[in-house]
Amino acid sequence: MKLTRRDYIKANAVAVAAGVAGIQGEANASNLVTDSDETNLKWSKAACRFCGTGCSVMVGTKEGKVVATHGDVKAEVNRGLNCVKGYFLSKIMYGKDRLTTPLLRMTDGKYDKNGEFTPVSWDMALDTMAEKFKAAIKKNGPTSIGMFGSGQWTVWEGYAASKLMKAGFGSNNIDPNARHCMASAVGGFMRTFGIDEPMGCYDDIEATDAFVLWGSNMAEMHPILWTRLTDRRLSAPDTKVAVLSTYQHRCFDLADIPMIFSPQTDLAILNFIANYIIQNDKVNKDFVSKHVNFRRGNDDIGYGLRPEHPLQKKAKNADKAGGSKPMSFDEYKAFVSDYTVEMASELSGVPENRLIELAELYADPKRKVVSFWTMGFNQHTRGVWANNLIYNIHLLVGKISTPGNSPFSLTGQPSACGTAREVGTFSHRLPADLVVKNPKHRAIAEKIWKIPSGVIPPKPGYHAVQHNRMLKDGKINAYWVQCNNNVQAAPNMNEETLPGYRNPEAFIVVSDPYPTVTAGAADLILPTAMWVEKEGAYGNAERRTQFWQQLVDAPDGAKSDLWQLVEFSKRFTTDEVWSKEVLDANPEFKGKTLYEVLYKNGNVDKFPLSETNKDYANDEANHFGFYLQKGLFEEYATFGRGHAHDLAPFDVYHKERGLRWPVVDGKETKWRFREGSDPYVKKGTGFQFYGKPDGRANIFALPYEPAAESPDEEYDMWLSTGRVLEHWHSGSMTQRVPELYKAFPDAVVFMHPTDAKKRNLRRGQEVKVISRRGEIISRVETRGRNKPPVGLIFVPWFDASQLINKVTLDATDPISKQTDYKKCAVKVVATGRV
Amino acid sequence: MRKIAGLTAVALITLSGLAGTVFSEELITLRGGSVISEETNAPAMPKVENTDQRRVRNYPEQPPTIPHHIRGYEVSKNANKCLSCHARTRTGESQAPMVSVTHFMDRENQVLATVSPRRYFCTQCHVIQLDSKPLVENTFMDVEDIFKNGKAKQ
Repeated sequence: MKLTRRDYIKANAVAVAAGVAGIQGEANASNLVTDSDETNLKWSKAACRFCGTGCSVMVGTKEGKVVATHGDVKAEVNRGLNCVKGYFLSKIMYGKDRLTTPLLRMTDGKYDKNGEFTPVSWDMALDTMAEKFKAAIKKNGPTSIGMFGSGQWTVWEGYAASKLMKAGFGSNNIDPNARHCMASAVGGFMRTFGIDEPMGCYDDIEATDAFVLWGSNMAEMHPILWTRLTDRRLSAPDTKVAVLSTYQHRCFDLADIPMIFSPQTDLAILNFIANYIIQNDKVNKDFVSKHVNFRRGNDDIGYGLRPEHPLQKKAKNADKAGGSKPMSFDEYKAFVSDYTVEMASELSGVPENRLIELAELYADPKRKVVSFWTMGFNQHTRGVWANNLIYNIHLLVGKISTPGNSPFSLTGQPSACGTAREVGTFSHRLPADLVVKNPKHRAIAEKIWKIPSGVIPPKPGYHAVQHNRMLKDGKINAYWVQCNNNVQAAPNMNEETLPGYRNPEAFIVVSDPYPTVTAGAADLILPTAMWVEKEGAYGNAERRTQFWQQLVDAPDGAKSDLWQLVEFSKRFTTDEVWSKEVLDANPEFKGKTLYEVLYKNGNVDKFPLSETNKDYANDEANHFGFYLQKGLFEEYATFGRGHAHDLAPFDVYHKERGLRWPVVDGKETKWRFREGSDPYVKKGTGFQFYGKPDGRANIFALPYEPAAESPDEEYDMWLSTGRVLEHWHSGSMTQRVPELYKAFPDAVVFMHPTDAKKRNLRRGQEVKVISRRGEIISRVETRGRNKPPVGLIFVPWFDASQLINKVTLDATDPISKQTDYKKCAVKVVATGRV
Repeated sequence: MRKIAGLTAVALITLSGLAGTVFSEELITLRGGSVISEETNAPAMPKVENTDQRRVRNYPEQPPTIPHHIRGYEVSKNANKCLSCHARTRTGESQAPMVSVTHFMDRENQVLATVSPRRYFCTQCHVIQLDSKPLVENTFMDVEDIFKNGKAKQ
C-alpha cells in the first residue's frame, strides 16, 4: 500500500500526541521521548580522524556508543562545519567486520607463513612476534627489523614507537606512511628554511586577496579549508583564484585563472614566474638583501629507483642529490632567464596570457598571495625542488610570514605534522627536527631518554619504499605495520610490495581495526582500537596540536597501538638488543626490560592515575598503572621547549581547541619568522629565518627535468592517481560507512571522451589499465567531477578491489624519497566483456 | 588452501565469535573474497538513486543525502543550480526542502541575508547515492534504538 503524505500525517498525529502526554498509545506509535535523563547526550570534543585540515568535531555518546557527530562551533579551524566524511565519523568504528582477536597464520597449531589465519590469544601473538624479532636481531642485527607507522598515529603512539625502535631496538628502520605524503614538503622546508612546517596559518585565508593552487584539489581533499577559501573569494569579489593541475577537477569551479599543464612542467612555470618578477623589476630588494641567500642545487639527480635501474646509472648526481653551492643574485638571474613565457607556455601547454596573469599575482606589490599545494607537488620525482621553487617566488617578492602572504604546504593526514614530522618518526629523524646523523642531536635524545650513549645508530634507516625493497631482498626479516594500509598504498605492488610481504624470510605483523589488504598480506594481525576508543592527540597543517579523551571503549579484544607497543617492550631485555660494548660500559642497564628502560624511566611513569580525567575511561593508563599518555607527551615536549618547537603543558590541550606551536608564555604563534609575531625573532631584525645559522632563507636555482617515465607509442597515456572527497585514503574506514560507500562505491578510470572514442570505448565499459608492472580492471568514466585532458587518465586508489598501485612506478624524489604517484605511462584496453 | 565456504563480504561475521575457525587471504572484506594478486571483474556502473524520496538521517545534524541525480548541475562561481530549487525563495514553487538555517550563518554564527558563501559548494557535504549494495554491514545504532533497548532491559 502506498501511503500519501497526507494519510501519513493523519495516521501519526494521534500517536505523537499520546506519546508526549505519557499515555501509552498503539503498539506502533512513535513516541517523542522528553525525559532529560534519556535525551541528554554526552558531548565531547575530538579532532577529526581524517585529513590534515584538523577540524574539531563534537562527538555525542550514549551508553558507550557514538551516536552523533558534528562540526565544533568553538573551533577556529572549522567553526561548526564538517565535510561529508566528517559528518559520518559516527559510523567509522562500526563496520561489522571489526577485528577482535589476534590472527596468526598457522598449520597444525604452529606458525606457518603459508598457513591459515587462526585466532590466538594476545599473549601468544606477542610472544610469537617477540620470538621473530629476537631471532632477526640475533641473526642479522637491528637493521633486520623494521616498523612502518603513520601520520594517523596519535602523538604519543608515534613517540612510543619511535622510542621503541631507536632507543630500544637500536634500529632506525622506522618510517611513516607520511613519507608517501609530505616528505618532499619536509625536504623543501629544511632546505630553504632549516626548520620544518608552514610559517603561516589558516588565518591567511581570510587575510589574502589571491590564492594559487599548485597541484592541490582542496575542494575534495581539504574541503573545510576550501569552504574558507570559497567564503573569502565570494564575499570579497576582488579576490582571485588560480588553479593549476594536470587535469580539471572541482577546484576549477571557482577558478578565475584555470590552468591545465602537462605533467612535470610545473617546474618550468615556477622558474618562469621568478624570471618574470626579475625581468619586470618586481624583486623586493630590501627583503632579499637582508633575508635571503642564493644557491645552485645539484641537477641530474636520478629518480630514486633501485641502483641497478638504467635511469639511476645514467644520473650524474644520483648519490649527491641534495647538494648545492652558493651563487650570486646575478648568477641566479641568468639561470632563470631561460624560462621565458614562450618557453614555459610551449612546454606546459598553458597559454601565455594565463601564465602572465598568474605571475602578476605574485609580482604585483599591492596584492597579497597564498600558495597552496599538496600531492601534486609532493608526489613528484622533483618534489623537494617544486617546494624550493615556490619559496623562491615568495621570497623574491617578500610575500611571506605576514597575514595573507603565505606559501602554504597542506598535509594529507591528521597528524602528518603532529606525529610523523614533529615527533620524528622518519628513518633519519628524532623529535623537534633533530636528526640521527648529528652526534650532538643523538646525545640530546639519549640524555632526555635516559639511555646510554651509543644506543641510537648514526646511520639513517630504510625509508618507506626501501622497506618493501628490503623485505623482498631478505634484508628486513621482522616487520610491524601500524595504523596504515601500505600494501594498498605503496607503489609497484607486484614487483616490490607483495613479493616483500610474502617473502618466506620475512615475518609481517599488521595492527588494524579491520581486515585490510595489508592485513591479508600479513602473517600476524593484531586487532586494534581506533580514534575515540583511546585518548589521543593530533597536530594539523597549521601547527595546531589538538587532544581528545577516550570517549567509548574499543570492542572486546581490540587494543590500541600504544598498548601494543608498550606491552611488546616488556618482552625484551637490554641484553637481547643492545651491543656488548654499550652494556659493558653501562652495567646498570644489564638485564632490564625495554619496558623499564623506555617507559618506567621516571619520566613516562611520572604522572599518577589520579591525574586522569574521571569523566572518561583510559584503558592504557589503567592497564599500565600510570598516566602513560601524559608521561609520554611531557617527555617528548622537553625536546622542543626552548627550541622554537614549544608545546603547552599537557592538560591545557584538553581544554583548548588546539594551539599553534611554538606556544611561549601561554601564547600560540600564528606567523613565524616575523618580528612581533614570533617570539623567537630577535628585535630589530624584521624577519629572521632562524632555522638557518645566519637567519637567511635559501633561494635555489633548480632546472626543469623530465619525469621518470613518460607515455610512448605502446604505453600511450599518463596515469595520475589520487583521492576522492568521500573516501579517506585506502577506504578502510569510509568504505564501511554505507552512505559514503554508496556515494562513490568503485574506482573508475576518468578519461577524456576523445581518448575513449579513439579506443572504441564508451562510458561504463570494462577496461584494463596496464603498465609495464601490472594491471587493474576498472570501468571508463567520461563524465563527472574529474575531466582529464587528452592523453591522461585519473584513477583513485581507495578501492581495495581495484589496486591501482599494481600499475604505478616506484620512482621517488631522490632527496625526499617520496614516491611520484602522479606520473607513469599506461595503456587502456577493453577487456572484451561488457 | 582451505577456504571458508560462503564467506561473502555481506555475510561476513564478527571474527571473534569463531574459536577454531581459520581464515585465508579471503578475509579482506572489501575484496569480496578474491586474493590480492588476482584481478576480478569490475562491477557494472551503478545507476544513481533518483526516487526523490527523503531518507531517514542517522542523527539530526547529518547532512541529508541527495535523493535525485545531479548530472550536469552547475555549481561554480557563476551559478548554483541546487539553489534554483532549494533557495528559500524558490521552495514555494519547487516544494523542495529549503537549505537549512545553518547555511545562512557566517563564521561568527550571524545570519546573513542569503546563503553563506562558506556553504556554497553543496557536494562537499551532500552526496548522491548510487544503487550499490554496501560490502560490509554497519552496526551503528540509532540513538532512538538505544532508548528502546534500554527500555527493554528495564
